[in-house]
Amino acid sequence: MTAPAVEATRAAPLLLTGIRNRALTLDEHMNTFGELVRHRDLIQAIARAGLRGRGGAAFPTAEKLKAVVGQRMTPTVVVNAVEGEPASSKDRALMRLTPHLVLDGAALAADAVGADRVVVALSESARPERHALAQAIRERRGAFEIATVPARFVAGEETALLQAIEGGPAKPTLKPPYPFERGYLVQNAETLAQVAIVARHGRTTGTALVTLSGAVNRPGVHEIELGGTLADVVHSLGGTSEPVSAFLVAGYFGCWVAARDAATMTLTPDNLGAGVIVALPTRASGIGETARIARYLAGESAGQCGPCVHGLDAIAGALESLARGDRAAASRLTRWTAHVRGRGACRHPDGAARLVESALAVFA
Amino acid sequence: MKRLRVDPIACDGHGLCAELFPERITLDDWGYPILEDGDISGKLERHAKRAVASCPVRALRLESLKTARR
Repeated sequence: MTAPAVEATRAAPLLLTGIRNRALTLDEHMNTFGELVRHRDLIQAIARAGLRGRGGAAFPTAEKLKAVVGQRMTPTVVVNAVEGEPASSKDRALMRLTPHLVLDGAALAADAVGADRVVVALSESARPERHALAQAIRERRGAFEIATVPARFVAGEETALLQAIEGGPAKPTLKPPYPFERGYLVQNAETLAQVAIVARHGRTTGTALVTLSGAVNRPGVHEIELGGTLADVVHSLGGTSEPVSAFLVAGYFGCWVAARDAATMTLTPDNLGAGVIVALPTRASGIGETARIARYLAGESAGQCGPCVHGLDAIAGALESLARGDRAAASRLTRWTAHVRGRGACRHPDGAARLVESALAVFA
Repeated sequence: MKRLRVDPIACDGHGLCAELFPERITLDDWGYPILEDGDISGKLERHAKRAVASCPVRALRLESLKTARR
């Protein structure tokens, strides 16, 4: 776990300021970040800061808050720290190490939208995080509930999470109704940590949390300055441990980027998604690795929508054929990735299609 | 302005809709309907309504674009 070298000129602190090998207590948190003051026009401040969601979709946070305010019912704020993405562990790191920053953001967001309830959602596998969170809640005022959901990939999808919180299965539901129309503000944990920074400083940290893995010297969660290139970021985080052919950026719904393009790819909230960076060693097969991920994603389908159930299974099979040298599988893949896009209740098939199309562009 | 929407959770891929409304509905390689975008009016609307009525699981809907979001 590392933060970038702190410049004296920083206008706002880092998310991981002052972290230790355990959660910051409320006193430590207040000493580090300052008192939490109510903000009179938080939504406007968030809009001016240009904050976008850090759960993967990079949706403008202020827009999401405004949409909830426009509804008639009293809203509920849901902190999404489920992080079903296997290559990501940054939200769990936040909950385990600096839970009060996330809870600050949740309390501020609840205040801004007039919510009377805050639910913090974790994966049932996140036991140290649940322990740290429960301890943090005991230390402070305000009613926070903890919800745990099954450790599945789709459990962190907004509508799946809401259905689980309401006592149903953690599977996506049809939109509309959108979560805001049901009175829910669902925000990723890192996004809310940034809300806590914006409320105090009028701007974001300008950083993002990334989870680095694969052929790298220092795998793990790091905080990076946004706006650098992929090559510079990987280098500043300790570099690659062997020759690398490509990077997986954003996550299992992200894109492969050829190593030769890393020097020209600028990292932004848009292309960083949930902050995953995986370095693929040259000795490994990009198509083979994508086939492995596609097979995983097919298995993680909620099993509700035909095109997702059958399409992702077929896509994984075609990738496995392609990895064995069957060149004809490439045209089937092109057809099927186009066929599954937009055809599920959620974006699970779209995300898988995006990854596979980028693999064909980079490796085939 | 009206358009067709399918509830992908409810749809079981019976495929009747594509038979009754081939002007706008085709089936993918697994038998699930792919809806072509665009307004449905006039004679097309009659065919669309027949397709909607034929769906055994009521997964197909014809909705006004005014109330439709995304």
